[in-house]
Amino acid sequence: MTNVGRPIDVRTPPGRRPLEVEIVAAGAKRVEQLDRVVIRFAGDSGDGMQLTGDRFTSETAQLGNDISTLPNFPAEIRAPAGTLPGVSSFQVHFADYDILTPGDAPNVLVAMNPAALKANLSDLPSGADLIVNTDEFTKRNLAKVGYATNPLEDGSLDGYAVHPVALTSMTVGALADHGVSKKDAERAKNMFALGLLSWMYSRPFESTIRFLERKFAKRPDLVAANKAAFNAGWSFGETTEDFAVRYEIKPAKMLPGTYRNITGNQALALGLVAAGVRSKLPVFLGAYPITPASDILHELSKHKKFGITTMQAEDEIAAIGAALGASYGGALGVTTTSGPGVALKGETISLAIALELPLVVVDVQRAGPSTGMPTKTEQADLNMALYGRHGEAPLAVIAPKSPSDCFHAAIEAARIALTYRTPVILLSDNYVANGSEPWLLPEAGELPDLSVEFAAAPNGDDGRFLPYLRDPSTMARPWAIPGTPGLEHRIGGLEKADKTGDISYDPANHEFMVRTRAARIEAIEVPDIEVEDPDAENGDGQGSKVLVLGWGSTYGPIGAACRALRQRGLPIAQAHLRHLAPLPGNLGEVLKAYDKVVIPEMNLGQLAHVIRAKYLVDAVPFNQISGLPFTAATLESMLEDVVKNG
Amino acid sequence: MASPAVELKLTAKDFKSDQEVRWCPGCGDYSILAAMQRFMPELGIPREKTVFISGIGCSSRFPYYMNTYGMHSIHGRAPAIATGLSASRPDLSVWVVTGDGDALSIGGNHLIHALRRNVNLKILLFNNRIYGLTKGQYSPTSELGKITKSTPAGSADSPFNPLSLALGAEASFVARTIDSDAKHLQSVLRAAAQHEGSAFVEIYQNCNIFNDGAFELIKDPSTRDDHLIRLEQGQPITFGSEGQFSVVHPAGGFGLSVRDSTSIGNESPVVHDATVDDPAYAFALSRLSGSDLSTTPIGVFRDVRRPTYDQILQKQLEDAKAEATGTPDEMLDSLLNAADTWTIM
Repeated sequence: MTNVGRPIDVRTPPGRRPLEVEIVAAGAKRVEQLDRVVIRFAGDSGDGMQLTGDRFTSETAQLGNDISTLPNFPAEIRAPAGTLPGVSSFQVHFADYDILTPGDAPNVLVAMNPAALKANLSDLPSGADLIVNTDEFTKRNLAKVGYATNPLEDGSLDGYAVHPVALTSMTVGALADHGVSKKDAERAKNMFALGLLSWMYSRPFESTIRFLERKFAKRPDLVAANKAAFNAGWSFGETTEDFAVRYEIKPAKMLPGTYRNITGNQALALGLVAAGVRSKLPVFLGAYPITPASDILHELSKHKKFGITTMQAEDEIAAIGAALGASYGGALGVTTTSGPGVALKGETISLAIALELPLVVVDVQRAGPSTGMPTKTEQADLNMALYGRHGEAPLAVIAPKSPSDCFHAAIEAARIALTYRTPVILLSDNYVANGSEPWLLPEAGELPDLSVEFAAAPNGDDGRFLPYLRDPSTMARPWAIPGTPGLEHRIGGLEKADKTGDISYDPANHEFMVRTRAARIEAIEVPDIEVEDPDAENGDGQGSKVLVLGWGSTYGPIGAACRALRQRGLPIAQAHLRHLAPLPGNLGEVLKAYDKVVIPEMNLGQLAHVIRAKYLVDAVPFNQISGLPFTAATLESMLEDVVKNG
Repeated sequence: MASPAVELKLTAKDFKSDQEVRWCPGCGDYSILAAMQRFMPELGIPREKTVFISGIGCSSRFPYYMNTYGMHSIHGRAPAIATGLSASRPDLSVWVVTGDGDALSIGGNHLIHALRRNVNLKILLFNNRIYGLTKGQYSPTSELGKITKSTPAGSADSPFNPLSLALGAEASFVARTIDSDAKHLQSVLRAAAQHEGSAFVEIYQNCNIFNDGAFELIKDPSTRDDHLIRLEQGQPITFGSEGQFSVVHPAGGFGLSVRDSTSIGNESPVVHDATVDDPAYAFALSRLSGSDLSTTPIGVFRDVRRPTYDQILQKQLEDAKAEATGTPDEMLDSLLNAADTWTIM
């Protein structure tokens, strides 16, 4: 994926170039140039696959390839070892050009045990490389996952380039003189695998060595053991005849600047830090642990020097209550959660709407309903974000489109909350939250200025303070924080009289206030939606007739599918919504410029309903609710059908 | 409290807001409001530094009538909202006004966690043992078998003892007082205000519409002296119209008992000390009172010091900020760059 705002040359997708093969004197190994590779590391939950993938990603980032990653792990911390429910995987896609997704199908699968092989084999195209830890293919382990015969011996893997490697025993052998326990030695097998793959793809390993030194700072014996395991893997690749080829992937042509690899949850947390810095307000996060949002709490709790307070509350309701209390006191109140938590927070969000105070509510969506699949992704909380409250309770909703975009989305959520004194729901999801990509680091001084002014003096003609007298430019009421002399006032959930904020049961006033609350959300200034449509202006009547409209994390797969279609000469337009409430002012016009509008979503058509209702456009929903992101191939074939057949 | 107190010349009138008070005529809330408005000036805290936060229920209208900052929030959540405010604004004096339904039913979780954390909040629980605003259902402090609109055959669930609950939740300050005794009410409010950390005050409050006379046994001058135990720091705990009852700690027993003073023999009345660190003492005191009010202590049961949530959070912030160098933008730049980075020319 690329960083936000980076122009994408949609005309020249690289596709599959012929491989350049050259013989280089690197031992006796051939070196082949590739333009892109997708590797999937798969193993038991206890095998350290997330860490292995993460390290490989970091090495790859150092090399300057563009990257996109997709972790996939079970909700169980340690499902029974060697079973299918316990399989954890990490897919990394890297290339010498800008990419949009973690890749549909792996070119290489590393399977640490029979369960990992069985769970992932169906995703592997024939001819792909398959690296298997043969030590784990015991009778017992094979039986655990229902293999009647050993797939390494029964010919069922003949269509793949199988590389049998005795990963565990070679690791244990390499560490024989290190004085670590057999268990610790076995645990280092993921470093052996990382060393082997790092050799295969010519990755720089310095950052991994530094990482090991940091991670095991208190256990020098483990630093040495893990380094030795890594080296053993590397040397194995170099010496064994089984790996005849070594690959290189040149750096991608990316905008100049400094980059780091970042996940969506990390980026979101840093965006909240930035919002505090740029608004000069203390940030107060109230949160209750919930997958997949907890990492934001973890990250923010490290940044107290920025004046950030994090409170792990007793429940979701207390978490948002405390955040709202802090906002009332003049902080940027934030609460982070996932769908079940938003359901619990609904009443307090309504209170924030009535009080007209700033509040950022982050929903890292996961598959529902109820507990659903906590570690899998979905976009099915859109209806709840837009409508899931009692009474007429409108608020602003925004969604990031990629991991690094979470940074900018958090700043935008804070901007709207602070400027317009309203709760804002930020709809991230598990796919962007745990996925990662390179991020072109912004300069702090160039981020938006979010400064606010607190009310300091009475605003009424008679010297009274009127807490619900609005600023005509933003329709926001004054933010008069406790401690300000002369502005003592009472606010609450009861309906308030216009301007004075006094309790009012007057029918005309209620109607006025309900309509005002709706109007002020509609009046929030949001940028126009942009359309990426390179074939729009070709003037021969053969231009794009189909627009794909998406929101949130589907940006990558939709973009990749559109590129592939254009590459094949099929014109198609893409537009992506960041603001879901209010919607961009030009959206109706954009929709009506195309014969057909297709809306892919990881739900049963929630945005499509909104679009059909609001714009009377016969939008075609395309829905997948599997807990996994769309593959580009799925969207490509669906969109191809629409483009060709209408 | 980071002492917002200063020299001020305020009167009770300064604390009256311009809002018309809308409780039922004769409601015990009026006397609590009046006592509070008379008491606030003596604290010396500017009105703008004082915040009342309430939930939902009759008592929760309280903030509208105080000319300070105030928020009438949602049912049961006032302690949570007040926690966020107090933790982020240690310069404020934050009071929570709640009722038996608000604090002990729908908001029970927030109450116990605020007390456990020792957030610097003064929590006033107006206990009338009934749901008034919803017109007369039994509450979590109603006596077992209470016949109400929702329990025509009598309630089947036993009540909470609010003070026992607060003590079980590690409250550092626990007291009880009565709406009709303005002097005692103010003395308890004073002690609560002076306490650093969560102060939990149960105020017996008469709902003259749905549960009239609930506390009459300890209010009626003809009966109260034989049932009301006034706790005074450093004084032996005795009561009765003739001082004929004593609170003793029976040998071999776990709790406290009431004995006829003439027949206590070797046992002597317990001398009250709210500062005893072991909460077992205050808990034993709290168990003297039951639904029938026959022996009901009032006053400060427990008043001990331990670090407040606000102080601990502020200390962590200050320690972290002390290590910070550079402007906020510079700090942000270095944070964003604090990872394995690479540069493209």
